[in-house]
Amino acid sequence: MLEANNLAVEFAGRGRRARAVDGVNLSVGAGEIVALVGESGCGKTTLARTLLGLERPTSGEVRYDGSALSHRGRALKAYRRQVQLILQDPMGSLNPRQTVYEAVAEGPRIHGLPDEEQVVAEALSRAGLRPPERFFLRYPHELSGGQRQRVVIAGALALNPKVLIADEPVASLDASVRGEILALLLRLRNELGLSALVVTHDLGLAWNIADRVAVMYLGRIVESGPVEQILTAPQHPYTQALLSVLPESPDRIVLTGEPPDPTRIPTGCRFHPRCQLLASGKAAAAGIDTACHSEPLPILSSAADPQTACHLTLVDS
Amino acid sequence: MTVAQSATKAIDAVEERPARHGLVRYAAAKAGGALLSIAMVIVATFFLFRLLPGDPVRALAQGRNMTPEQLDLERRRLGLDRSLPEQFVHFVNQTVQFDLGTSYEYKRPVLDLIGERIGSTLLLTGTALVMAVSLGIWQGARAGWKPGSRFDRFSTAISLVLWSVPTFWLGLLLLMVFAAGIGPIPGLFPTRGIESVDAPDGFAYVLDVAKHMVLPCLTMVAVVYAQYLLVMRSSVLDEVGQDYVTTARAKGLRDDEIRRKHAVPNALLPTVTLVFMRIGFIVGGAVTVEAIFSWPGLGQLFYEAIRVPDFTLMQGTFLLITVSVILMNTLADVVYHVLDPRVRSA
Repeated sequence: MLEANNLAVEFAGRGRRARAVDGVNLSVGAGEIVALVGESGCGKTTLARTLLGLERPTSGEVRYDGSALSHRGRALKAYRRQVQLILQDPMGSLNPRQTVYEAVAEGPRIHGLPDEEQVVAEALSRAGLRPPERFFLRYPHELSGGQRQRVVIAGALALNPKVLIADEPVASLDASVRGEILALLLRLRNELGLSALVVTHDLGLAWNIADRVAVMYLGRIVESGPVEQILTAPQHPYTQALLSVLPESPDRIVLTGEPPDPTRIPTGCRFHPRCQLLASGKAAAAGIDTACHSEPLPILSSAADPQTACHLTLVDS
Repeated sequence: MTVAQSATKAIDAVEERPARHGLVRYAAAKAGGALLSIAMVIVATFFLFRLLPGDPVRALAQGRNMTPEQLDLERRRLGLDRSLPEQFVHFVNQTVQFDLGTSYEYKRPVLDLIGERIGSTLLLTGTALVMAVSLGIWQGARAGWKPGSRFDRFSTAISLVLWSVPTFWLGLLLLMVFAAGIGPIPGLFPTRGIESVDAPDGFAYVLDVAKHMVLPCLTMVAVVYAQYLLVMRSSVLDEVGQDYVTTARAKGLRDDEIRRKHAVPNALLPTVTLVFMRIGFIVGGAVTVEAIFSWPGLGQLFYEAIRVPDFTLMQGTFLLITVSVILMNTLADVVYHVLDPRVRSA
């Protein structure tokens, strides 16, 4: 459905080139929810923006329904109807001077959809704001956080998209509201067959809603596969470290070393300066420590089965 | 009707009411504040001008042979022989009845004098304000949308240079170059006044006045438009980074549509306040510009009154100017309240 092929995005800044996304293959199938997890600054938001056509890739391509995404005006506008965005902060993503009706109607209006009022009402009630007429003339500041995020979702649904890209969709909401919004996303998948890419740093969220999960580290996906497999039996040391800090985890792996810097990507395995397996000598025992330091790892494919970009697992298998 | 139904109705009623009542209450509070300010201005006006050096009776008698008795008589006629508190009570009494007294110099009601001059001042400053606001908002919106672009650097720099230039200097320069004419440049525009001595009728008269307005208007616009540009630029800049701009882009809006429909209307709010505050100053005109171009407006009237000093005329013009500023500020608050739904409910 939606695919990234060898996607790379570079930013030029202060003399250095930052490779925010450095070769990513990722696919979201029809009706599938994929979670993209990683710490802040790992490039997951840039990847999401590029998939939406908000950012131009430096190399590689975004494919939708088998054809490459064009950045030309008309083609891009048609693409916008298929793939919609939900941002983290619903207060910020709504124009404070627009009523709910105006906010939701904006998309259908510029795409020239007929029966605007009906489209808006339908989108609002799908997003769980019922009766929709009651919300038409409300302003964002009169609504609760959860209601606002529902309005944002309704604004996306009004275009009848096939894919939602949600960037931390519940991170700014109260815990009680969080569950409702997640339930809403799942219901939309079941009722409308929507696909979704959910960008998050929250593994619990990924567990609750995703079919598949992709773990991103410093611009690249280091592990991906079905959510049960990745979260119960993580192969990559980075994923293991992420999971170990969940409250129910028995022992904690605290990563040392500097936080990653996309302007200075380490040689060899990009995780090696912080890798706990390398530090504890496990890698050396397997005789791969030189490879960790100097040998680059292949880029993971967009296939659905579990895969890991780690020299140690390559040796094991 | 069930209990539940009536309960929802009651909730609806409670929810609807505050919006309208809020505005009335808010406006009333603002109006009360404005009245208080005006009262304070009335007091300040009186005492402020009594501090000026110079004796109006002596100044008016200049060039005429008058005995001390005649001067005393004149002083009594103007009410200047009475004590300051007495004069003050008299002044307040008059003012609250909308009587601004009689000018010492012109020996005519101050209100009449103001009435004669206010038209030309409003014409000049009003036109200049509209032009400065449109120019500033247009350039500011474009500059803020693409900060650091060539347009941004160019327009912001020019506006700041003009903002730093003294009004009288720019006015005199324009007079020299475009009215007197320098070298190959002929004198294109008239040097003084609002109309030619032999002013024609009809449409030709309008053209004549317009020609007289070019230089004073240009001076006023050039010196002030930077403030609209800068306020607009920084508020557009604030909007550019907002998530709703990204959301709008993701929905498929074109860049200029986002600027027109989202960023500029939202960024206009602070500019609206500034514009309303400036509308208040329209009445005051620009004393400097009117003096340079001999524009027969309120600014010049005030300038003449200071030289005497003509207390009643000064008090009258000063009161008019300050009161209009206060009223426009109040209006700005209320308009802001109507325009911004967030302030409305707060």
